[in-house]
Amino acid sequence: MNTDLLIFFISGGVAIVATILVITQYNMIHALLYLIVSFLALAVVFYVLGAPFAAALEVIVYAGAIVVLIIFVIMMLNLKKDAEEQERSWLTPGVWVGPGILCAILMIEILFVMLTGGFEGNATQAVGAPEVGRSLYGPYLIAVELSGLLLMAGTVGAYHLGRQRRKVIHRFLEMTDE
Amino acid sequence: MNAIPIEYGLILAGILFMLGMVSVLIRRNIIFMLISVEIMLNAAGLAFIVAGSKWTQADGQIMFIFILTMAAAEVSVGLALILQIYHQLKTLDTDAANRMRG
Repeated sequence: MNTDLLIFFISGGVAIVATILVITQYNMIHALLYLIVSFLALAVVFYVLGAPFAAALEVIVYAGAIVVLIIFVIMMLNLKKDAEEQERSWLTPGVWVGPGILCAILMIEILFVMLTGGFEGNATQAVGAPEVGRSLYGPYLIAVELSGLLLMAGTVGAYHLGRQRRKVIHRFLEMTDE
Repeated sequence: MNAIPIEYGLILAGILFMLGMVSVLIRRNIIFMLISVEIMLNAAGLAFIVAGSKWTQADGQIMFIFILTMAAAEVSVGLALILQIYHQLKTLDTDAANRMRG
């Protein structure tokens, strides 16, 4: 067994275990920390698969930007101590057994197809950032511009939705109150 | 350089996608559902990376970059919606938001 395959198995196992811990946590901040571990392990998987640029983007954007954004919102919501108890009461075995069994059946089907199907060949060589950049600004230029448009729409949408409406009390009503 | 069979990578992507899907199904907290959607998008990106690395093409990584962009836009809009729901309903329970009228 060569070292790349060993690293793939170790980091893939870490990613799976960290993701299981994410979906079984009651405390939201703990779940997010495990989510960062899962993303970092997946970045190692990307690197071993020969995609160093995608590995760097995984660390910077997913583990950096997106998780920090979610942490900001959790801090803004200012959840109290009883949120954890409420989460514990929501996640009873009666809730997760049914979906878990159904999804496990689908997973077994995927495993069967993957392990018995005619997939041949290995991951061969690394594709570095220069090739990705040349292809990104060559044939995929319109898609890049469209994703820029998508990001701008996301920014405008987040600003519009996140704005808090101030409760307007009429000044005459205020005066009559006093 | 490396000799990782592609079915292992695709199986890893499938397992991560299944974990995210189970979490979407069983959770009632809306922030956990958003995190699970992120896990599923990440697993889809892993599948693209595996396929791109099999044929030594840059297209897989480019699709991953587009998935990343979409996830960033989606999480910003989703978090703004979560803030609005929390201000209106004073809870993060998705079952409390089952009516169209706020």
